[in-house]
Amino acid sequence: MHPSLRFALRRFAVGALILLAVSLLVFVGCEILPGDVAQVALGQFATPESIRALHQQFGLDRPAPLRYLEWLIGILHGDWGMSMGTKVPVAQLLGERLANTAMLAGATTIVAIPLALALGLLMALRAGSRFDRAASVVVLALSATPEFLIGTLAVMLFSVHLNWLPAVAQVTFGGGWAALARSLLLPVITLSIVVAAQIARMTRATIVNLLDLPFIEMATLKGVPRRRIILVHALINAVGPIANVVALNIAYLVSGIVVVETIFAFPGVARLMVDAVQARDLPVVQACAMLFCFAYVVLILAADLLAVLFNPRLRRGIHPDGSAG
Amino acid sequence: MQAAAPILAIDRLVVAPAAGGAPVVDGISLAVSPGEVLALIGESGSGKTTLALAALGYVRPGLAVRSGRIRLGATDLLGAGEAKLQDLRGRRATYIAQSAAASFNPALRLDAQVTEPARVHRLRPLAEALAKARLLYRRLDLPEPERIGQRFPHEVSGGQLQRFMIAMGLIEGPQLVVCDEPTSALDVTTQVEVLKAFKAVIRDGSTAGLFVSHDLAVVAQLADRIIVLRRGALVEQGTTEAILAAPQEPYTRELIAACRRWDRRRPASPPRVAACAAAPARLEVVDVTAGFGPREPMTGRPTITAVDAAALAVRPREVVAIIGESGSGKSTLAQVIAGLHPAAAGEIRLDGAALAPAVARRSLDQRRRVQIVFQMADTALNPRHRVGRIIGRALAFFGRAPRARRPARIAELLALVRLPASYAERRPGELSGGEKQRVNLARALAAEPDVLICDEITSALDTVVAAAIVRLVEDLRDRLGLAVLFISHDLATVATLADRVVVMRRGKIVERGPTGELLARPTHPYTRLLLASVPELRIGWLEEAAGRRAALLPEFAETGAAPVADVDRGREDAHAG
Repeated sequence: MHPSLRFALRRFAVGALILLAVSLLVFVGCEILPGDVAQVALGQFATPESIRALHQQFGLDRPAPLRYLEWLIGILHGDWGMSMGTKVPVAQLLGERLANTAMLAGATTIVAIPLALALGLLMALRAGSRFDRAASVVVLALSATPEFLIGTLAVMLFSVHLNWLPAVAQVTFGGGWAALARSLLLPVITLSIVVAAQIARMTRATIVNLLDLPFIEMATLKGVPRRRIILVHALINAVGPIANVVALNIAYLVSGIVVVETIFAFPGVARLMVDAVQARDLPVVQACAMLFCFAYVVLILAADLLAVLFNPRLRRGIHPDGSAG
Repeated sequence: MQAAAPILAIDRLVVAPAAGGAPVVDGISLAVSPGEVLALIGESGSGKTTLALAALGYVRPGLAVRSGRIRLGATDLLGAGEAKLQDLRGRRATYIAQSAAASFNPALRLDAQVTEPARVHRLRPLAEALAKARLLYRRLDLPEPERIGQRFPHEVSGGQLQRFMIAMGLIEGPQLVVCDEPTSALDVTTQVEVLKAFKAVIRDGSTAGLFVSHDLAVVAQLADRIIVLRRGALVEQGTTEAILAAPQEPYTRELIAACRRWDRRRPASPPRVAACAAAPARLEVVDVTAGFGPREPMTGRPTITAVDAAALAVRPREVVAIIGESGSGKSTLAQVIAGLHPAAAGEIRLDGAALAPAVARRSLDQRRRVQIVFQMADTALNPRHRVGRIIGRALAFFGRAPRARRPARIAELLALVRLPASYAERRPGELSGGEKQRVNLARALAAEPDVLICDEITSALDTVVAAAIVRLVEDLRDRLGLAVLFISHDLATVATLADRVVVMRRGKIVERGPTGELLARPTHPYTRLLLASVPELRIGWLEEAAGRRAALLPEFAETGAAPVADVDRGREDAHAG
């Protein structure tokens, strides 16, 4: 079998195993979560009898291992169970929110990543120049600023002072694309700043490190222009590290944007999860957690495969082409 | 020759650190005419690489030209802008770097890199450049010239890669080729081939050569004239004949003496008193097989065998040398003994007791008693730690000195490797290559070992520095009663130091014996090939050696062993790396 195919298959298998392990952790985590859906739902009117009745209704009285297996088998069939709070299938609940989050993450990815790569390359191209130093300070400051501050400042500037954009992202498909874009603009700007700053920094650092290597000096001595040195000789060797940073940031966009969704009252998956935790709506919490982990595993897997694809040592495995043997 | 206008003319060039400080190149003038090869010779720190790079109008970051002039043909390189320099580099003047492995982009195919000058200078269509590259591959004796360029750098051997570098330097028919130690990283047998190929190609045209080296014997084969450099200043210059026959300066004589350490017509190291002969073996290697890749289910052998049923013994106060080319398995064997690379079969015994294959399973005391020193002195030292801390860690780890006594012990160890006690306060970056290797030795000695494995510890050092390290190892052996396993591809070093020699080829031990006897009367054709490949300090040696090699190679066929085929070696190198 071709070594990189074998590598890909092995990584797929490892990814599946990780997800299985995660499912166990998620389930156990939810089990030991203090509080109880019946207690929360019934509030002060809870009596031991009514709680027991509700438990029975949700099947919570049965042993945990059995429930875990049922849940796992359900997932494999695409059945995420029933939300305990709203009595709606989790899949349906998740579906709406996932579309919103995917839209936000997708729009941010499209804006932020080309911007970040271009900025990082430009900084590397002019490493040490005034532009590079100024950009480095700005980018470092931005990547160190928490997104709630950036989000709040963006709201103050664009919504309160300039009155250009709505402060609350009301995602409605009825209002047409223009309205949708307007409501997405502020969250996308906020997220793009955070994500782009980090990717640009990493891109610059990776490329600048590579520029110290002897083969870059060799290219200079062959008369290769600096732009080609960076765009061909350095970039091809930087794909692996950069792909990983990009993947981590996209994964963050899918799962970690609770703060941004909260600031802009954006109806995404992260908000859904926070609400579900408060309501002890465990099937929803579990589904969200699994979804986030799935996104991480898939994105990191994609980044690793990309890194292998651009590294001939890894791509060709330890065996050179047949002519050597 | 002198009548023609020089291709390269450097006039009173001064290059110094941009931040200020002593010049690296201090007022040197030189000229190279078409068809002439000028050699710059000196140790590291002599400024020879800086001078060589200046010939392409390039100064490394951190350095700056203070004064002087550099002219390539009619072009003033110091006055030329970046665009103009870009235009002439890779076309009119080219550079062949010392380490081909580091100088090729690991992610691009060799063809693409060799033909890149044509691409960036828009000199000719790519197909034409490619055809030209293949012609050069053929002339440089690369196997499968039509296809080999499709490989990536890690898929060919070090010797082949160096030839690709030469092809890259010559492809556009430059007026000047600058070679910076183009063969220093190669095995002796490969070096002969590369030198021969290089000489043939450069002699054909009107190309001028600026050849940088620390090895006079190599330079003697190629250069018309020699300039001896020391600490940035010119010591002596003259024709190759004159420098070799009648050196004027003491420093030049010292360099020549360092080169003549070993003369095959004189006996090698005098046979030492057989005091150690009676002693039982301290270290025994019993039929060790090791390699890379998964094990074959039937035989239990690894897919690629790097060491094949090797056996040897080292007694206290004895130096046993392992010689062989890269890919012969000698470094893998060192790692097996140190427990860094568990063997697939066989046993390592210390004073008769078997050691666990993996170092993690050995007891602290067993680990303490076997120490290893590596080739790359600087990568083996943490650049952020001071020397005292580096050595102190080994003392603490093996519990060899209570905290209060540590500073005194560190000073003792530094004294043992002939470094002043004040070096404890220095960081590796403030040390020279030879000093770093002394620190590595001191760290190994901190463990108070019984067995010291030296894996090519002098290969990255200048001749004179390497000779000093060898004397140090000799001294340590006598004073501490160490059993030393000295791995090297440098026969001259081995000849002066080792009591016994083991020759390895492709994982197998092909010949062994007392040093003097083995070097004087080698029986295995491969040993003879190795011996015939060590450059000698006289003009015309290269041609003789090439002839001798041609005569020896058929013997391989007769003994059933294939000649040292680079095709195979490429593969082994790829694994070893």
